Amino acid sequence: MPDCNETLRELQTYLDGELGDEAKKLVDSHLFECNDCMQAFDFHAELKMVIVSKFKPGEMPRSLLDKIQACFGPDALTGDGDPKPGVGA
Amino acid sequence: MADRGVFAEEAMQFAPQLYAAALRLTRNQADAEDLVQETFLKAYRGFGNFEQGSNLRAWLYRILTNNYINSYRSRQRRPEESDLADVEDLYLYRRLDQLEQVLASRSAEDQLLDLFTDDEVKAALEALPDAFRVPVLLADVEEFSYKEIAEMLDLPIGTVMSRLHRGRKAMHKRLYEFAVGHGLVERTSETQPQ
Repeated sequence: MPDCNETLRELQTYLDGELGDEAKKLVDSHLFECNDCMQAFDFHAELKMVIVSKFKPGEMPRSLLDKIQACFGPDALTGDGDPKPGVGA
Repeated sequence: MADRGVFAEEAMQFAPQLYAAALRLTRNQADAEDLVQETFLKAYRGFGNFEQGSNLRAWLYRILTNNYINSYRSRQRRPEESDLADVEDLYLYRRLDQLEQVLASRSAEDQLLDLFTDDEVKAALEALPDAFRVPVLLADVEEFSYKEIAEMLDLPIGTVMSRLHRGRKAMHKRLYEFAVGHGLVERTSETQPQ
């Protein structure tokens, strides 16, 4: 069974859901026995959610929508620079 | 190959997300708008390269991220530090544990959310050099997998993991320091590494 250090080293990969099955089993076995590490994992799972929640998406300016629409015009395929503002809105 | 009009319509639905991501990357509205516009222009021109049935969102983010790295980053003259002091796992996690204990002694719900302000979380991320900040944004805010991020940044997956993990640890360390600043944790109770 991995020790605390080895377990904590896998914390991020584990919480990202990217740890392989075998490695995950080993971490789980340590967490089952070690309350300190379990708490650390628990805390970080929550912290991950808190961080996401702090980055609420900003409102997109309406004028940008028009500019994007202009990117989809026939001019976009022939031009070599920026699309003309206001075209295709 | 799909119809160009259908492609444009499908891509359009990601515009607000891409704008939000561009704003986080460039940190200013004018650059974010330009970046999104260029991303759509490149996507529209290059949509023949898009593999039908693969992840359109990831493909658009790849264009956006590459565009940012290749032009905006140099324009904004951010120092391209590629290194960050490493933080030892056990040291950091045990310290963060103190926050957990602070929380346990309180009664309100959503306590962890209240430990740091939005600005503090943003500042902790902002402080990271781009080599670390971009993978953290892509993983934690945009929720892409390691593999998707590796493809977007043209980096080996091991490099992505190492930068992501170290970037987060540096970010967590800073958050911990904010908590110390709020008087939530006593500095004297720290244990030194080694």
